[in-house]
Amino acid sequence: MNGVQSLTMSRKQPAKASGWRRFDEINILMVLVGIALLCEALGWIFIGQSFLGNPQRLTIAILQVSVIGIIAIGVTQVIITGGIDLSSGSVVAMTAMIVASLAQSEGWARALYPSLVELPAYVPIVAGILLGLIAGCINGLLIAYAKIPPFIATLGMMVSARGIAKWYTRGQPVSGLTDEFTAIGSSAWPVAIFIVIAIIFHIAMKYTRYGKFTYAIGANPQAARVSGINVERHLVKVYAIAGMLAGIAGVVACARAQTAQSGMGYMYELDAIAAAVIGGTSLAGGVGRIAGTVIGVIILGLISSGFTFLRIDAYYQEIVKGIIIVVAVGSDVYRSRKRLKK
Amino acid sequence: MQPISGPDQDGSEALHPQMQGEELLRVSGISKAFPSVRALDDVRFELRRGTVHALMGENGAGKSTLMKILAGVIQPDEGSIYLKGRRVSLKTPLEALGHGIAMIHQELNLMPSMTVAENVWIRREPLNRLGLVDHARMRRMTQALFDRLNIGVDPDARIGELAVASRQMVEIAKAISYESDVLIMDEPTSALTEKEADHLFEIIADLKKSGVGIVYISHKMDEILKISDDISIFRDGKYIGTYRNGEITRDEIVFRMVDRELSQMFPKENVPSAEVILSVRELSLEGVFRDVSFDLRAGEILGFAGLVGAGRSNIAETLFGVTPATSGEILIRNEKIAISSPGQAIRKGVGFLTEDRGTTGSMQVLSVQENMQVAVLQNGFTKVGFLSGSALRDACSDMCERLKVKAASLETPVGTLSGGNQQKVLLGRWLLTRPQILILDEPTKGIDVGAKAEVHGLISRMASNGAAIILISSEMPEVLGMSDRVVVVHEGRIAGILDRKDATQVSIMEMIAR
Ligand SMILES: Nc1ncnc2c1ncn2[C@@H]1O[C@H](COP(=O)(O)OP(=O)(O)OP(=O)(O)O)[C@@H](O)[C@H]1O
Ligand SMILES: [Mg+2]
Repeated sequence: MNGVQSLTMSRKQPAKASGWRRFDEINILMVLVGIALLCEALGWIFIGQSFLGNPQRLTIAILQVSVIGIIAIGVTQVIITGGIDLSSGSVVAMTAMIVASLAQSEGWARALYPSLVELPAYVPIVAGILLGLIAGCINGLLIAYAKIPPFIATLGMMVSARGIAKWYTRGQPVSGLTDEFTAIGSSAWPVAIFIVIAIIFHIAMKYTRYGKFTYAIGANPQAARVSGINVERHLVKVYAIAGMLAGIAGVVACARAQTAQSGMGYMYELDAIAAAVIGGTSLAGGVGRIAGTVIGVIILGLISSGFTFLRIDAYYQEIVKGIIIVVAVGSDVYRSRKRLKK
Repeated sequence: MQPISGPDQDGSEALHPQMQGEELLRVSGISKAFPSVRALDDVRFELRRGTVHALMGENGAGKSTLMKILAGVIQPDEGSIYLKGRRVSLKTPLEALGHGIAMIHQELNLMPSMTVAENVWIRREPLNRLGLVDHARMRRMTQALFDRLNIGVDPDARIGELAVASRQMVEIAKAISYESDVLIMDEPTSALTEKEADHLFEIIADLKKSGVGIVYISHKMDEILKISDDISIFRDGKYIGTYRNGEITRDEIVFRMVDRELSQMFPKENVPSAEVILSVRELSLEGVFRDVSFDLRAGEILGFAGLVGAGRSNIAETLFGVTPATSGEILIRNEKIAISSPGQAIRKGVGFLTEDRGTTGSMQVLSVQENMQVAVLQNGFTKVGFLSGSALRDACSDMCERLKVKAASLETPVGTLSGGNQQKVLLGRWLLTRPQILILDEPTKGIDVGAKAEVHGLISRMASNGAAIILISSEMPEVLGMSDRVVVVHEGRIAGILDRKDATQVSIMEMIAR
């Protein structure tokens, strides 16, 4: 017995799943197809119409969830580090309010700054992105350096940001936005922005050190630290990016709605977390993929547009949506476990 | 025999006399206190280029703490560190790495969900022209590194899928890949069998030739005497002395470490009864092991010997229901049963001390007592449904005393104990129970010489009381000394079963080679 042979010792694992590994998203993609086909079948049975045969409906389905999709990309990264971000929905509202106040057209009764001239669209956009970034930075600093648990730190931000959104105009909505600004929310622009951001972060997570560090910290923070990674600084970056994406989502949301109100983005953080988890991100950290999250977001979109299409009562919608989330995640967990055991 | 001090120029068996002996690293006056314990008290230490410097001391003596200070993981309260004569401060692991100090940690420090290549090159990933990680090159670099070190692990495998020993080899390769001047190895062989350990020693010899200074921590005396140039001894956070290898005997080392005489090792006395408790028939797990058959009697200790990756731990996991068998049968007391989950195994009276205490053993934030009592809670110490607190407490504190667990109190979180003391707590967890069948996978991993004899005595006594024990150990003397019979496992099959009188190092290796 020579040395080479004796050291060939990668454990003979029951799961020789290497071939499957490349299709990590296959399970969740099947759930997506399943839901689509179910809606299609029910559509023919009860409504007498095709669900999938209407491209416009599908575009709208995704359009509706593109804001959630943008924040879900940030939330996914946070969850991969082993953390959580509950503040994204409120940050959407806060940025939407402030952005809208800077994007009002002349001749409109200004909500806040009566003497302000009409600003070019990039001013509110940049302001919105910066605002989200700042909120995210605060989250990150609290978590990484003040060692406040992510759940608590972002819960605080969630409550405060919502408070700022309400306080800013004493609850009044802001409308009369310039056409230049609302253009970014028109037609399929939100979907395009969502997809571009998804591609950027898909690449970042897979092919850059930023991504590797993010996974490493989530998988084993102590190992990341002794490998020389500045864990604290990296965590601030990840939360800042998540905040920035929530800021972008706020800009898009208010441009699309052509108005802003303090109730915007309500519970979006939970939808974003659900999308990430449906897409295979583990709340334990270290595992997750942007592509999976995108599919998770599309599933959420299909569910709600499918319900509307099938004319299911709004009360039942939420009940069923909750069940579908649990089943989708559960089936994924079950399948991957079975794959491991095989 | 006088402790030597200061670098010595004779370079007796030096390969590069001009390099060996030159002072590489020196620390002095280092102290470190944790809230409940003074881990280091004014210690010093010196490392010469091209030598192996062994650190010895009982569990909790402060060895790992001193090394973590050198690796920038924790900060000393006092003291100074000189690297090549220059005073340095090592505030973060990154600074330590930058100064050429790399460390293999006692507790595995890898990212389970990431691949081997990603783990080795984390923070140093090769980038292509666009600044993106070049996975193909990273894979080639890993393969080249593994080829150089003669390690047969797939760079694309995920760490979580690897056996503990393979993870250890990855960790070793990663540390070497930093090409540092100082390489600290904290119990690198605790998860390896002798064959793999010998391979590591070859690697170490090569590193010495290229002038690397190696700090080597181990509780295995044979290794220390075989590979080290200098030996430093620590006791209770204090520096006792440094000795040239060859100028101090084994007994003197032990005496300086523990400050008392030791009882005899491996005291297995009793003879097993005839009653077969566990009978395994042609058990297979596809692609892992096949046709495993053996009987286990009450009061018997059945040793499992074999090389790393032979499948010993896999068989244990299957018996415990972690990875249910694909074919074959398991009979407990002649009754055929299907074990498909650990819960089922436990209800059938099977206990299992796992090999990897970090991920499948200890609950780091819970106290010593809570960790120790979990297994016994289900079937003991209850009075009309309520736990009998004082009895439990007494049992735990008695066990701690016997195993010489060094902890401030039973309330101390297990995560703050030294590696060997954590192992003692986990072992105590199973020793408190009365399982019919107990599987011990590397039970004395990281346990010091002083406590080992006691551990062996306790295991042996469990067997005398009727428990049937499967003992998996990479330490051949332990298997030979403790077992009534030895099952030799090789490449997923049983190569043979030897009686105590026939089992020797040679007969086992012959069986494997056949
Ligand atoms: N983070 C911590 N918090 C509190 N106490 C600690 C911490 N780390 C180590 N200690 C204590 O410091 C002492 C020395 O521990 P250390 O890990 O250095 O021992 P060791 O010599 O490496 O032992 P072993 O042989 O078991 O690995 C122990 O009593 C341990 O409980
Ligand atoms: Mg230690």
